[in-house]
Amino acid sequence: MNQISGLLLFVGVFVSVAPAYQASSIPSSRLINPADLVKALQSSGGDEPLMVQVGSHVLYSQAHIPGSEYIGPAGSASGLEQLRKRVASLPKNKYIVLYCGCCPWEHCPNVKPADDALHALGFTNVKVLYIANNFGTDWVDKGYPIAKGD
Amino acid sequence: MTRKLTLSLLALAICAGAFFVGRSKFRVQKMRLADGAVAPDFTLPDLSSNRITLSSYRGRVVLLDFWATWCDPCRDEIPRFVELQDKYRDRGLEIIGVSMDDSPEPVREFQQKFKMNYTIVMGNAKLGELYGGILGLPAAFLIGPDGRIYSKHLGATDASVFDKEIEGLLRAKSGSVVSSFLLRARLPSAAVKCRARILSKHSCC
Repeated sequence: MNQISGLLLFVGVFVSVAPAYQASSIPSSRLINPADLVKALQSSGGDEPLMVQVGSHVLYSQAHIPGSEYIGPAGSASGLEQLRKRVASLPKNKYIVLYCGCCPWEHCPNVKPADDALHALGFTNVKVLYIANNFGTDWVDKGYPIAKGD
Repeated sequence: MTRKLTLSLLALAICAGAFFVGRSKFRVQKMRLADGAVAPDFTLPDLSSNRITLSSYRGRVVLLDFWATWCDPCRDEIPRFVELQDKYRDRGLEIIGVSMDDSPEPVREFQQKFKMNYTIVMGNAKLGELYGGILGLPAAFLIGPDGRIYSKHLGATDASVFDKEIEGLLRAKSGSVVSSFLLRARLPSAAVKCRARILSKHSCC
């Protein structure tokens, strides 16, 4: 029995040491694919979601989704604080889309903390843009609209 | 019964291990557009405010690595780059890390923590665009002694790939030798595609 307890502890510890920021742990129900977001934006009739880029400013300056705002890397405390400030006055049912695209999805350090923060604040209509590889490959190269600069 | 349960749990643990290891496995992807065969020149300050100009390294092999402190796969590569710099410094390798962090403070801290033994400059959007748009990290360019881009890797790349490419380039003494080396080298398919396009003077990848 002691052996079983030991193994259960081992498995528990093993699973718990997986990086907490892993985007892979975001439920699929909270994800949106690039193609679906593009369609949604095209048919939004001006009622667009708040789109926030929670990655690097250098990457944002090179290319970002038109209309999206730069918040800062949500993997850092300052980035999260910026995000909380930005949404402070918004209704909890506001449609918000988070995205980053700095790294392959399973390595992104930013989207999971951002998603967690918004849910902790009570936002109920948050989607995270699923970028499998990076913003260049999964958005720019697909020919989806981009904007440059600050 | 206990034995069966123990074995089942052990199998579960092994599966969980394989799952997480598999998730972090490196991948090499085809690089996005870069403009021509000659590496775009730049002058940028390093972390001590010295001005670093890429073209001043002509005659040496340069590994130009776009990275960031918050980038998990980038962090995995850094210790390997430190080893490569030590291994090949005397034979003419210069690694230049281009940080895509928004500010130099975390980079300085990171440099000390990881004992980075090569030059680090702070990148910017303009440089990213010069190199075809650095819209995913890490991204590495291997530049030959003739200043031409030899290979590019988007996403974390196994150190053995860089080792093989660097070794080959360091043996080359001139542009023509580099070209013949490129034709002989055995490289991953993505790099081969890049290489073929460079040799045919087309924009790469």
